[in-house]
Formats: sequence, C-alpha cells, structure tokens
Amino acid sequence: MGREVAESCVDGVIMEMVSAYCSRFYANKPELAARRIDAIGFQVGQQLCERYAMERPRFNDHLEAIKFICKDFWSELFKKQIDNLKTNHRGTFVLQDNCFRWLTRFSNDAASANNDPSESDPASPTAENKAAQATSMYLYFPCGIIRGALTNLGIPCAVSADISNLPACSFVVRIKP
Amino acid sequence: MARLVPRSGDAVFANVERVNAELFTLTYGAIVRQLITDLEEVEEVNKQLDQMGYNIGIRLIDEFLAKSNVSRCVDFKETADVIAKVGFKMFLGVTASVTNWDADGTSCSLILEENPLVDFVELPDMYQGLHYCNILSGVIRGALEMVSMKTEVTWVRDMLRGDDAYELQVKLLKQVPEEYPYKDDE
Repeated sequence: MGREVAESCVDGVIMEMVSAYCSRFYANKPELAARRIDAIGFQVGQQLCERYAMERPRFNDHLEAIKFICKDFWSELFKKQIDNLKTNHRGTFVLQDNCFRWLTRFSNDAASANNDPSESDPASPTAENKAAQATSMYLYFPCGIIRGALTNLGIPCAVSADISNLPACSFVVRIKP
Repeated sequence: MARLVPRSGDAVFANVERVNAELFTLTYGAIVRQLITDLEEVEEVNKQLDQMGYNIGIRLIDEFLAKSNVSRCVDFKETADVIAKVGFKMFLGVTASVTNWDADGTSCSLILEENPLVDFVELPDMYQGLHYCNILSGVIRGALEMVSMKTEVTWVRDMLRGDDAYELQVKLLKQVPEEYPYKDDE
C-alpha cells in the first residue's frame, strides 16, 4: 500500500473547491462553476488513470476499458468496486455504486427535492432545493474524473450522474461515436 | 467521568478512515492549476487557497478534538507540539518538528520534511510568487481560531521555491478568552 492521508483531507478540499466555485467565483453563473469543477475532475481522472493503467496491456474494446474503471480504478479511489454495470450495447454504460463514498455525508432531502420539484415553490429556494443544487454541483467532480480516466484510455465520452436513490449513485457514460 | 487519555499521532492516524494519497495530491494540484487559470493573479490564488484552508480548519478542529482526546493545552508551546505531532500525523500522515521559539514563547516554526501536498509538483519560474501549500497555513489558522487563538501563519521556507525544507511560522497574536453564552443558573 502506498502513502495514505486521512479521508477528511480529500473531503475537505473537494467541499471547499465546490463551494469556492459555486458561491465565491461564479455565484451567479452555475453553468460556469459546473464546467470548472468538471475540468478539475477531468484532470485528476486523466492523471490517476495514467498511473493506474501504466502497466496494463491495451484494452481491446470499450467494455474492457469500462470494466477496468469499475474494478481497478474504482478500488484505488474508494476501496470498493462499482456494484452494478449495465449497457445497451450501443455506447451507453451505467455504472452504479450502491453506496457512493462521497455522498454518504449528504442528506436524503437532496435527492427527494431533486425528484419532486412539484412539492416546493420554485420562486423561493428552500433549504432542500439548495441542498439538491449543492449535491449536483458536487457530482460534477466524480463525473469529470470518470470522463478524464476514459479519455486517457482513448475513449471520448460524456458522463452524468443520477442520485435518485441516495446513497446509491449511478454514473451514465455515453461514448461519443 | 474518566479522563480520556490523549492518543499518539500514530494511534489516531491508524484509526481514521484513510485514502490513497495520490488522489489527495492530484486533486489539490488540479485545484491550484484551475485557480491559476481562472484567477490569473498569483496573489489572488494565494489568498483563495488560504481562505479555503481556513474554512477547512474551522471544521477539521472538531474531528481533531473528537478523535485525538487531546485536552486543553497548558501553553502555546504545548499547542504547537500537538499540531506538529498529532495534528499533522492524524490528517496527512506525517509529523513536523517545532523549532525557532522566540523568547516569550509566542512564535515558533513548524518544519515539514515530508509533504504529501507536493508530490509530482514543480513550480514553473513564472509562478515563483505562488505559495503552493497556502491551504495548510489557512487550516492551522482556522483550527486555532476555533480554540480561541488568533494566529498569523506564514511560509518562511518552501522547497518548491528552492529552499531545503518547508517551514511555517506560527505566531500567536492573542488569546481570546472564552465567552460562555449561558449563565450558571440556567
């Protein structure tokens, strides 16, 4: 095992990075904040993947590369593998982590508010709304990591996250043709 | 109530949830890089890193107190030792040494030989004004403020700038007496 640091260090810097971009630098431009957070994740994903895939033979197809992300790459980051992998065999993959480490500290309200906008008044952002927004901002980071890792393996793609089932999180990877 | 025995840095570190340091190092590096791109001014990046550190420090102190069982330090010297031997160890897995005390015991240096923040990092000449590890000084300042100590934390030596070690000067500005928001009879 290589060098380790306390998990709270990683949690701390990611939280602060998200909050700096969302509430200080681009408070009124969430789409710009999202792009920056994604870009930071992308760089991390690329660099980590470069290190972890260094000694492997080339992957023969997309599925092999995705499996590498689900098993080896995820284990290095979260000490567990992706729990469920689905694909439509047409370039879309759904990677589900049943208990995504980085979401275990978020409240459940975030997801319910996300799914049921009818219950809250859109004119006045409620605490739940804000929590949902914060959670979705935060998710641009792991999405960026996955996109960066796959790009590094020569697979350009778009990645989004679905958290309708907290603390489970599904990452949807759409490979660009 | 039984008095809790303070735990050694190694013991606390062995018991906290840990992650692979590469993830931390590369994430921090990517953040600094993005900040440089977005903020343009190196001075502004230094300021933002310090602010991020401060915000982390004011939260991290709770975890530190909860897990280390450290009780009230008798003086600033003990505080500095605890930061160096327990604080740094518990979060970053490394220890610092404490030196350069001034005569009245209110200012000292924390020296880091190992620093997980800077693996893989080289500072290009054009960014020599960057305090790459400025988040660390912010964390210490923030954490100490939560235990009633106003401090000034500055970088004296920085290996990324060609020095032979990482040296942080921690200066106690004032000790704010604790104010209790409640009265005895309530």
